[in-house]
Amino acid sequence: MAEIQIKNVAKRFGSYQALHDINLTIADQEFMVLLGASGCGKSTLLRIIAGLETQTEGEVWIGGRRIDHLPPRERGIAMVFQNYAVFPHLTVFENIGFGLRMQKLPNDEVKRRVERTAELMHIEQLLGRYSGELSGGQRQRVAVARALAMEPDVILMDEPLSNLDALLRLEMRAELKGVLAESNTTAIYVTHDQVEAMSLADRISVMHEGRIVQAATPVEVYRNPAERFVAGFIGNPPMNFLPAASADGGKWQVAGEIYDGPAAANGVEFAIRPEDIAPADTGLPAKVRLVEPLGAHLLVTCDVDGTMFRAILESDLQVKPGDMLKLAPQTDRIRWFDSSTSLAVA
Amino acid sequence: MTTVDTNPGTDTRKAGRFVYISAVVLLCAWVIVPLYFLLINTLSSPDTVNSFPKAFVPEFDLGSLSFFASFAGMLTALKNSVLVAGMTMIMSIVVGAPAGYALSRFDFRGKELFRLLILLTRAFPLPLLALPLAVMFIRTGLDDTVFGLALVHTTLAIPFAVLITFSLFSGIPLELEEAAWTLGCTRLTAFTKVVLPLILPGITASAIFAFVISWNEVFAAAVLTIENRTLTAFLLQNLDTSPLHLKFAGGFILVVPALIFIFAVRKYLFAMWGIANR
Repeated sequence: MAEIQIKNVAKRFGSYQALHDINLTIADQEFMVLLGASGCGKSTLLRIIAGLETQTEGEVWIGGRRIDHLPPRERGIAMVFQNYAVFPHLTVFENIGFGLRMQKLPNDEVKRRVERTAELMHIEQLLGRYSGELSGGQRQRVAVARALAMEPDVILMDEPLSNLDALLRLEMRAELKGVLAESNTTAIYVTHDQVEAMSLADRISVMHEGRIVQAATPVEVYRNPAERFVAGFIGNPPMNFLPAASADGGKWQVAGEIYDGPAAANGVEFAIRPEDIAPADTGLPAKVRLVEPLGAHLLVTCDVDGTMFRAILESDLQVKPGDMLKLAPQTDRIRWFDSSTSLAVA
Repeated sequence: MTTVDTNPGTDTRKAGRFVYISAVVLLCAWVIVPLYFLLINTLSSPDTVNSFPKAFVPEFDLGSLSFFASFAGMLTALKNSVLVAGMTMIMSIVVGAPAGYALSRFDFRGKELFRLLILLTRAFPLPLLALPLAVMFIRTGLDDTVFGLALVHTTLAIPFAVLITFSLFSGIPLELEEAAWTLGCTRLTAFTKVVLPLILPGITASAIFAFVISWNEVFAAAVLTIENRTLTAFLLQNLDTSPLHLKFAGGFILVVPALIFIFAVRKYLFAMWGIANR
């Protein structure tokens, strides 16, 4: 059992507050992705869990044991680094077996575990080589194998795929998901790539300016962003926002059209995903600015009520810049965000 | 690019190349020609040394060199030189390498100032320090000892040891150490199992450099020792009144070991100056 609990963790570097009061529970064997732009504190949080960084406040528990005062080696974790950190003076075999040797396991046990993890990562033919003789993808495999060979309770990954080229990244992503699902370890994975996050995660924690703004399943994060930031960060292109003016009792006027919205008295913003829009006889009046064919779809950038608005439409639709369209949002996919707090309102 | 010779672009490039090659040849000659004359004169009989014109091929007369081999006090001086240089080497690494590690791995208040101060230790000319040092050494009984001189030489060598090892440690990604920590290492075992094997060649180079600094140093050696002279001080004292061919031979004996050392570690000296490796 390796449930991870992060309780009220804060981190300051001098006067700079990198993390504010982080609370997060990660279930045993869950694959949690920390997602955010660079500088949001996701790597710092991971390094605090690993013990490479010390939190200014708060506690970290793994498997019911408080570990935030322990050095990395006593935390039952293994880590995969962005630049692989494969030891250049050791062979692949000795790299994978490094942690096992530190545990003073007998030679045949080291050999058995190294060979098994090497096989799992398809690098058994590289065991005699040095890191200088490996490609980036192969080094990445060695780094993952080295972590897995430890049979850790928790595996921590800091942007492990960001240095690979696009095709290799796709391949490793699928492989990583399969291998980790079989290994029964709890995984925390840091990335700034939302596609990576979506495809790997059981749950995503979206981070922004040192806070976790939403921790939920990928679909939930995508469909029901808890904050305007999440809505504008997730999705490519992200959600569209339009100002809304209060019309009576839960009705809101958006670009001249009336939609059912929250009963809140505060000002709200209307939001809709680009793919949840279809041309219709009535709807938001949009002036087409730019048409980008994407193969299966058209990405149409329009001007709605003076605001930039993107729609993903069927590719057989005949539109050109300058056309006027009526765009009807799918009403159950409309989301509302409080203008002052930026939080989602129902 | 065209291959026509009249192209002004190729012309300038050719001229630039010519200047570049001339400069390289000139610089090499600047260093090599005196050394070559030293070699010729060392391996010549006394008559040839004093005659003119000079031959370009040495006659392999080992008379001057064999004279030195049997010269009284010569072997003791050589032994002293090796001892002092060896002690300097060990002390400057033992003190300098941890400082280099700290500079590259830790952030502390006054770090930049510290780096500057290390260099400042070389800003005081030794002649200025010689008298107070001599007095202090006599008071503490360190005068005319191999260890005392090694202390002074260590002081001279430490800035280089610190800066070379700093550059070496900085060349090792912190991630490697962190990976070792997560794989069951303490700070110490991560150092011995990961960092040390990677920097050992560089440390060796830095040690040899300290050795050379001590080997070449003459002023402190001449001032602070009387009986236990090092080779440089010994030769300086004796060659002054020697005939020319012996001066050449003495110079040769002094230069060659330093040259061999520098040649052996040239790669790391480049690294120190930031030309290669980083």
